[in-house]
Amino acid sequence: MTALVLESINKSFGSVDVLKDINLTVEPGEFIVFVGPSGCGKSTLLRTIAGLEDATSGRIMIGGRDVTTTPPAKRGIAMVFQSYALYPHLDVEGNMALGLKQAGEDKATITARVATAARMLSLESYLKRRPAELSGGQRQRVAIGRAIVRKPELFLFDEPLSNLDAALRMATRVEIARLHRELGASMIYVTHDQTEAMTLADRIVVLRDGRIEQVGSPMELYNDPANQFVAGFLGAPSMNFLAAAPLGAPGATLGIRPEHLRVGKEGRIRGRTTHVERLGGDTNLLVTTEAGETVTVRLFGQHPHQVDEALALDFDPRHAYGFDGKGQRLRS
Amino acid sequence: MNKARHNPLNSAAAHGALILYTLIALFPVFVILINSFKTRKAIFAEPLAPPLGDAFSLIGYQTVMKQGDFFLYFQNSFIVTVASLFFILLFGAMAAFALSEYRFRGNMLMGLYLALGIMIPIRIGTVAILELMVQTGLINTLLALILVYTAQGLPLAVFILSEFMRQVSDDLKNAGRIDGMSEYAIFFKLVLPLVRPAMATVAVFNMIPIWNDLWFPLILAPGESTKTLTLGSQVFIGQFVTDWNAVLSALSLAILPVLVLYVIFSRQLIRGITSGAVK
Repeated sequence: MTALVLESINKSFGSVDVLKDINLTVEPGEFIVFVGPSGCGKSTLLRTIAGLEDATSGRIMIGGRDVTTTPPAKRGIAMVFQSYALYPHLDVEGNMALGLKQAGEDKATITARVATAARMLSLESYLKRRPAELSGGQRQRVAIGRAIVRKPELFLFDEPLSNLDAALRMATRVEIARLHRELGASMIYVTHDQTEAMTLADRIVVLRDGRIEQVGSPMELYNDPANQFVAGFLGAPSMNFLAAAPLGAPGATLGIRPEHLRVGKEGRIRGRTTHVERLGGDTNLLVTTEAGETVTVRLFGQHPHQVDEALALDFDPRHAYGFDGKGQRLRS
Repeated sequence: MNKARHNPLNSAAAHGALILYTLIALFPVFVILINSFKTRKAIFAEPLAPPLGDAFSLIGYQTVMKQGDFFLYFQNSFIVTVASLFFILLFGAMAAFALSEYRFRGNMLMGLYLALGIMIPIRIGTVAILELMVQTGLINTLLALILVYTAQGLPLAVFILSEFMRQVSDDLKNAGRIDGMSEYAIFFKLVLPLVRPAMATVAVFNMIPIWNDLWFPLILAPGESTKTLTLGSQVFIGQFVTDWNAVLSALSLAILPVLVLYVIFSRQLIRGITSGAVK
C-alpha cells in the first residue's frame, strides 16, 4: 500500500495555472520534501493534498483510498502550519485534543494520546498554558503535538521552521527528524530552504512554476541534477555556470560546483579575487574571470588569499556538468 | 519609554487640547443635566446656574414619571436597539465572513452592492418602506423598526467586519478545517472572538443613531404601545407650550442606558479603532 499517490494533478486560479500535471507516489514511512523558490506552487500542492484547495483535475489517494472529494478532516492527514495556527482561546491540552474531540473519541483515549504526545515533545509542564504564554519554539512544538495526537496516515508540514530563529530552527529540525524515526510515519514537508531539504528528506521533489523538475534522494539530486535549475537550486554556495565554448566543453553552459574548482598557477579560468569570506572551516573566494563572469570557489580550511589577487582556476571534467541552451543536462 | 519622545511640555499641550475638547463636547450634556433639576423659572432666569436652594426641583422628573408610559417607552427603545444590534452583528458578520473567506463568482460585485448602502441614506426609501409595512401589517410593531434598523446598519457592518476578517490568519481557519470543525464552528469559535473589537466598534456606531432616531418611530410605530423614548419625549414639546422641565428630565434619563452600554463596549471599541494604527 502506498502512503500517497498523486495522479496528473492540475490546479488553476482563474486563467493562471499553478500546478501542471503533477504525478508522485510516496511510499509508507517516507520523508518527502517539496522544495522550490517562492511561487513555485509547493504550498498550493500541499494544500491540495490536505483538501484545503480542490484540484482542478486529477486524482489524490492517501493510504490507498481515493480522497479527491473527501473533506480535510476525513483524509487521515494532520498539518503543521508556518504560523503555528494554534487556537488562541484554548490551552495547550485543548489545542491538542480538539481534533480528537471533533472525531468523537472517548475521553480516556484523548487524555492518553495527549499525554503521549506531550511526553514526546517535553510539553508536560505547559499543558494548562494558553498559546499566548508560550515562546515561538514551544508553540511550534504544540502545533506538532496537535498533529501527532491525530495519528494520521500522512503528516503535512508547511514551512514549519520559517518563523524560528537560526539556533531554534536547527534544534527543531533535529527534533522533526527524530519524530520521523520514532513514529515511522509518512511525512511531506514544504520548504524553500535547501539545507532543510537536504538534511531531512528521504526524497526531494524540486518544483518550479508548478511542475516537478526532478525527484530523487538528496545525493542523487546533488550529484546528478537533471537540469540547470536543480543544479543551481541545491548546494550552498550554489553551482557556478560558465559559458561552455571558451572552455572547450560541449553545450551552452558548463556547471561546476564551488568545491570542485582548484586554485593553482595554471588553469583554464583566469581572474582576480573580488571578495574573500573566511568561515573558519571553509574559505569562499569570489573571483571575476577575464570573461567578466563571477565564480565562487570553496576551499576547505583556512587560506591566506587576499582581495584583488590574480588567480588561475582549474577543474576536473568529471565534476563538470554540461547543459544545453534550454538548461537541460547533456548526458554523454 | 524614550525620554526624547516624552517632553513634559508636549504632553501638557496634548492634555490641554484634549481637556478643552472634552469640555466643549460635554457642555450641552452638562446644561441639560443641571437644568433638569431646576424649576421652570430658574431654567429661564439663569440657565447656567447650578440647581441649588430655591432653584432645585424634581418637578420635571415627577412629570415624566406621572406620564405613566415612560417605562414602556424606555422598554421599547431598549428592545428595538438591542434586537437591531444583535441582527446587525450576526448577519453583518456572517456576510462579511462569506465575502472575505470564500471565492465565488460575483464576490466582488456582491461586496460593492452591500457597500452601496453606506452611500445611499435609507430615509430616501421611507415612502416605499411605509407602503411595505402597511401591506405586511407591521405598522405599529417593534418588529418594523427592528427590520428597518437592521437593514440600515448592515452595509457599514459588512464593510468594516469584512476588512477585519481578512486579517484573521488563513492557517488558523485551515487548522480548524483539518481538525474537523464545521464552517459554522470556525466562524463562531475561531473568527468571531478574534474580531470582537471590530464588532464592538460596529455596535457602538450603530447603537447611538438607533437609540436617538425619531424619524422611523414617528412614521412606522407612532402608536402608544410602541412609542420609543425619543418619540415619547416629544409629548412634552407642544406647538405653543413646551414643558422644558419634563423634556430635559426625559433626555437626561435617555442618556443613561447609552452610557451604560458604552462603558461595556468602550474597552473593546478603543482596541478596535486603534488596532490598525498601532501594531
